[in-house]
Amino acid sequence: MCLGYPGRIIEIKGDFAKVDFGSGVIKDNIIISLVDAKVGDYVIVHAGYAIQVLDEEEAKKTIEIWNEYLKSISENR
Amino acid sequence: MSDLKSILMLYRDPKLAKRLTEKIHELAKEINDYTLIMHVCGTHEWTITHYGIRSLMPDNVELRAGPGCPVCITPASDIDAIIKLSLDGIIVMAYGDISRAKGGKGISLEDAKSMGGKIKIVYSVQDAFLLAKELSDEDIVFFGVGFDTTAPATAYMIKRDPPKNLSVLSSYRYVPPAVGALLEAPDLAIDGIINPGHSSTVTGMKPYKEYFDKHKKPMVFSGFEPIDVLISIYLILKQIRDGKAEMINEYTRSVTWNGNVKAMKTLLSVFQLEEGYWRGFGIVDNSAFEFKEEFDFVNARVKYGIRKPTARGEFVEGAKCADVIKGKIDPIECPLYMKECTPDNPKGPSMVSIEGTCRIWAEHKVTAILKCRI
Repeated sequence: MCLGYPGRIIEIKGDFAKVDFGSGVIKDNIIISLVDAKVGDYVIVHAGYAIQVLDEEEAKKTIEIWNEYLKSISENR
Repeated sequence: MSDLKSILMLYRDPKLAKRLTEKIHELAKEINDYTLIMHVCGTHEWTITHYGIRSLMPDNVELRAGPGCPVCITPASDIDAIIKLSLDGIIVMAYGDISRAKGGKGISLEDAKSMGGKIKIVYSVQDAFLLAKELSDEDIVFFGVGFDTTAPATAYMIKRDPPKNLSVLSSYRYVPPAVGALLEAPDLAIDGIINPGHSSTVTGMKPYKEYFDKHKKPMVFSGFEPIDVLISIYLILKQIRDGKAEMINEYTRSVTWNGNVKAMKTLLSVFQLEEGYWRGFGIVDNSAFEFKEEFDFVNARVKYGIRKPTARGEFVEGAKCADVIKGKIDPIECPLYMKECTPDNPKGPSMVSIEGTCRIWAEHKVTAILKCRI
């Protein structure tokens, strides 16, 4: 089951967080204790709990690398 | 949310998609042989179908969905058992999807409701726990359906503060051994596998190593945007062309080698892995999360004497659910697809769940696969 959505933490109270999924969708009562996250972090939420803190830098880097790589293999042909 | 949206848009860039598709075609030409790439996740299937990725594939490259829908593989005997509990006056709490899946007796939890069954639909396990506390005079069972991605939240809530009137029927399943079983299946002959990004975020890549070592097939851990999937296909084909096999992480923004250690530790402190039956797929060693003995007090199998599920005939006659779930065929090869079996009147679990291959194809009105030429 992979249905996970990224959202931004806007509040943490104990074990639970309020997460903004964009487009006006805000959910309360998301279990936050299984990751090391703070307010402002993007987290991937699955079935009511945060499974991971999304690595933004890594996300941008992947695309840069692939754009560069595809350009280089095209030029080398 | 502007940042997140701009990142997502990078992963939906049509120019990058076109260049990747061209490279995929070049590789496929060099490979020449028929190549079967399987994935095991409903969200990957949604991305592939929604963005028409199958129609971008070269003639010799096929993308097929395997058993990646938790509702689909939940044993019919567990559904039957929970229906019986609801009709016996016990309140059943379940996710919306599973409540529409029919068990072996041809009825679903939703059907049971109209027969007087007590059912409450919940969004998360913590909602179920909260509601159970409010209904402290009632006996309540939570139907635990899902993979390693879902189960840690249940384990966490049980350890934290379990209501005395609540027990859990665990049909939770562990994905890595199922991928091992798929690679072993002689009737599938998979050439490369796209591993589920969120399940692997929790488990990590590490548990897949033993299956990779045994079968040496290209294995890519993939994200869920169209660019993620195209990169993963490219990486698999490149390995095949070069006569190599590696475990590669494409979804580096979420997946790590060790996974979410905290989540897995919590999960395995409450559950132990046992032999598990997957509806439509069969028995897979070490794939069922069953409660450890010290958690008998919350185990619905113990409390109500529900036996561990075993294999038996459990689909509507004439339906090819088992073949679709296993990934032997596409939904359009089932004679019931979009005839007797539709999202409004689903005959099998794959047409019920939003993660089911049949449901995803039906909602996108897929009736044929068209291939493009580049």
